[in-house]
Amino acid sequence: MATSEAPAVPAHEEHYTSTGLDNVKMAMWAFLGSECLFFGSLISTYLLYRNRVLDGPTPADIYDIPYTSVSSFVLLMSSLTMVLALAGIQRRDMRACRIWLLATAMLGMIFIGGQIYEFTAFVEEGLKISTSTFGSSFFVMTGFHGAHVTVGIFMLLALFGMSLFGRLDSDDGPRKVELIGLYWHFVDIVWIVIFTVVYLVPTN
Amino acid sequence: MASAALPGRRRILARPTAKTGVWGWMTTVDHKKIGIMYGVTAFIFFILGGLEALAIRTQLAVPDGETLSAEVYNQFFTMHGITMIFLVVMPMGVALMNYFIPLMIGARDVAFPRLNAFSYWVFLLGGLFLYSSFFLGGAPDGGWFGYAPLSTELPGNGMTFYSLGLQMLGVASLAGAVNFIITIINMRAPGMTFMRLPVFIWMSLVTSFLLLFAMPIIAVALFELMFDRVYEANFFNPAAGGDPLLWQNLFWLFGHPEVYIMILPAMGIISEVLPTFARKPIFGYAAIVFAGIAIGFMGWGVWAHHMFTSGLGPVANTAFALSTMFIAVPTGIKIFNWIGTLWGGAIRFTTPLLFSIGFVAMFVIGGLSGVTHAIVPHDAQQHDTYYVVAHFHYVLFGGAIFGLFAGTYYWWPKIFGRLLGERLGKAHFWLMLIGFNLAFGPMHVFGLQGMPRRIYKYPSGMGWDFWNLMSTVGAFIIALSFVVFLVNVVLSRRRGEIAGADPWDARTLEWSMPSPPPEYNFAEVPIVKHRDDWWYTKYTETPEGTPTPVHAGGADVDDDDDGHEAQHIHLPDPSYFPLVAALGLPVAAYGVIYENEIVIGAGLLVALLGLFGWTLEPSAEDGH
Amino acid sequence: MTHSEGTGDAVHEAHDHHPAPRTYVKIAIILAIVTAIEVAFSYIPDADPGLIVTGLVVMAFVKFALVALYFMHLRFDNRLFRRLFVTGIILSLIVFAVYLAMLFGRGGAAPLVTGS
Repeated sequence: MATSEAPAVPAHEEHYTSTGLDNVKMAMWAFLGSECLFFGSLISTYLLYRNRVLDGPTPADIYDIPYTSVSSFVLLMSSLTMVLALAGIQRRDMRACRIWLLATAMLGMIFIGGQIYEFTAFVEEGLKISTSTFGSSFFVMTGFHGAHVTVGIFMLLALFGMSLFGRLDSDDGPRKVELIGLYWHFVDIVWIVIFTVVYLVPTN
Repeated sequence: MASAALPGRRRILARPTAKTGVWGWMTTVDHKKIGIMYGVTAFIFFILGGLEALAIRTQLAVPDGETLSAEVYNQFFTMHGITMIFLVVMPMGVALMNYFIPLMIGARDVAFPRLNAFSYWVFLLGGLFLYSSFFLGGAPDGGWFGYAPLSTELPGNGMTFYSLGLQMLGVASLAGAVNFIITIINMRAPGMTFMRLPVFIWMSLVTSFLLLFAMPIIAVALFELMFDRVYEANFFNPAAGGDPLLWQNLFWLFGHPEVYIMILPAMGIISEVLPTFARKPIFGYAAIVFAGIAIGFMGWGVWAHHMFTSGLGPVANTAFALSTMFIAVPTGIKIFNWIGTLWGGAIRFTTPLLFSIGFVAMFVIGGLSGVTHAIVPHDAQQHDTYYVVAHFHYVLFGGAIFGLFAGTYYWWPKIFGRLLGERLGKAHFWLMLIGFNLAFGPMHVFGLQGMPRRIYKYPSGMGWDFWNLMSTVGAFIIALSFVVFLVNVVLSRRRGEIAGADPWDARTLEWSMPSPPPEYNFAEVPIVKHRDDWWYTKYTETPEGTPTPVHAGGADVDDDDDGHEAQHIHLPDPSYFPLVAALGLPVAAYGVIYENEIVIGAGLLVALLGLFGWTLEPSAEDGH
Repeated sequence: MTHSEGTGDAVHEAHDHHPAPRTYVKIAIILAIVTAIEVAFSYIPDADPGLIVTGLVVMAFVKFALVALYFMHLRFDNRLFRRLFVTGIILSLIVFAVYLAMLFGRGGAAPLVTGS
């Protein structure tokens, strides 16, 4: 090229970005921003309806705070194991990464197990999605959260599998773990809000 | 490379290679092809939505009309609204955004080409899913705005199709929004700073942010509607304390940003067309950009103006009346800037320019009627009458559709290599302008005279007969104008004037490429030194400010002579997994309609397999 | 383990200040403690509900911030990521606060409510 200005595009043009930031990471943050509106809509629906109980149990009747506290703690700790997995792969300790990924997935599964148990207990105690506006909004809100956790568990297990086959060994590996980690932490953050606003805040 | 360790899997997941033919189109990830598919699909839906409108107008042409029964009428007006909003205006905007964002910012494709393809397929499948309802027990019939508890209690599958179909379209829009945001922020050519971006790109960015944050809200509303209809939830069940205002709030929290989503791309388009045909830069670039951003922010603060008559109380009503009046300010700024662009320009009255001027005029009328709605006592009179129908058709048809036609005529030569005919184009414009004003102008009057919306017939003796008939005549004139457009399209494909790279002597980067552009867009990534960089490649200014051609400038057009260099350009490979993943969604949706868990599971499984394939397929045969 | 400095890729060091695993553990302990305080707080009998709610919300916010800033690395990353996320959060808070205020503050037209 006979131009006098030095071209600003580097040799591997495909990796050029205007900000120097990774496209997929930016996309994940944009998506998480959008998810705030999704869960905000579900939570505000719940807040509207938690005291409209024309039939069936009320929140005060049915919530088991100690039980839910334990499962909240489990999910919180899964964020720790997630970030330890990331720290592991960042220093190229693939074994540590694998162990912590598996731990995160298992803590997630314990959380989901706890949710399933809680849901079935509530149904037996007379609260179903069809019982009241409280029932509908509770189950749909926590159900969608649980679905998000489940998707996260699948992704964690997929990452675990990939690491077993050496597919996280490239320079790209930490990035993949980081991205799934962002999603997982977000799901934890949503639960932090739900636990406080739904379970702990007094309903009077 | 890790992928070479598993040759067996690699064979199964090998990327398709076809670039032509049906398979080529079905596996494409090229933003230009995807843009064309969006555009063609949107135009077909425009015909369907238009036929629905003609049926409606035929029914209402005379009092006590007998063309359509009430049941069928309800389906037609609901589907007309859904079609025009979600299957025409939005995708048409996305078509142009898809085709031109990469070209105008100097990129080779969007940030996520496969996600782009996924968005298109989900859109197409969502639209087909919605229309299949006509054959599967009846289309949605609760209005495009689906107010609950009517929408939860209407019998049949129609409103369940509504909840699921719009949900799918929402997924497509959200994916597209993420794609465009990252593309615009992160894939601009060197030197293309934010304040050098074409206004169309800015408006696309604001639109995409609105989509990003508004779509999740309607998603929740639609899920709640679906749970009520299919799984006996109580979100909107009055007997259980379900609140109609929950629906209205969630819907309009989405719905108001949605109208800006529909209009901002069109505003962006005319901000490109007017400068080109006035041979002047856009007047007040920074003001137009910031006004667009302001509209994006303020659009979140006005939603309850759709709910003034729902018993919110004086505090809420006042607050939203004020915010609604304020939002007219940034819009007004843009109007003045567009007029300022034309003022003193060397104007060429081409078809795209006519549509752009039509946009400004019609949008002002629609905006003025909108301002009257901001006054709460006026709105109490106007709400649910044809005055509202007049208002939104002036802004959405006279505004958005006219703007989209301006973009179509303007960019057609770039996309297809041949110009659309000017005489037919002008005939299209004038017929459409006349027909449109005849169809919707009188609605202001008989709306204020009391004719309610959403009624399938009206009695004689109300004083509405004559202008309803005129409105129907106007609708058929619109239809005729669209036929003129279609004739223009067909003739242009066969014997339209060859366009060359820059038929309009325009200002922005897309005109520096051949028409149509090669698959890789640019042989060399451009280095941008100005706003309207292409213009400054061609012209410098004399001390008096008149443009003079740069010697041999414009010969910089990126010709195919660079073909031998192009072989080193790596483009994303085609893929079938976006289509596979997309197919899972309507399958699962039919499962919900027919309450068949196995089908739901099958659909989700197909989507999941599509996503797995998508993540695991090799990035290129050469192991890049 | 922070011995990777010597062997690690210089490019990574340049961009990221990664907290050591020990820091993450400390944050996790803080999170656990705050959760315990929250739960205890919610049980305080005869307290002013407004006070309880405020306290709970503040504690939830602290946990939220710790996870976002440290575990999600927002404290050390480019501000653009924070802005994308925070825009969603703030929009969500404002919009839903307004609509809940509208629904709870309605004049005369509110549907049935029972505290039962």
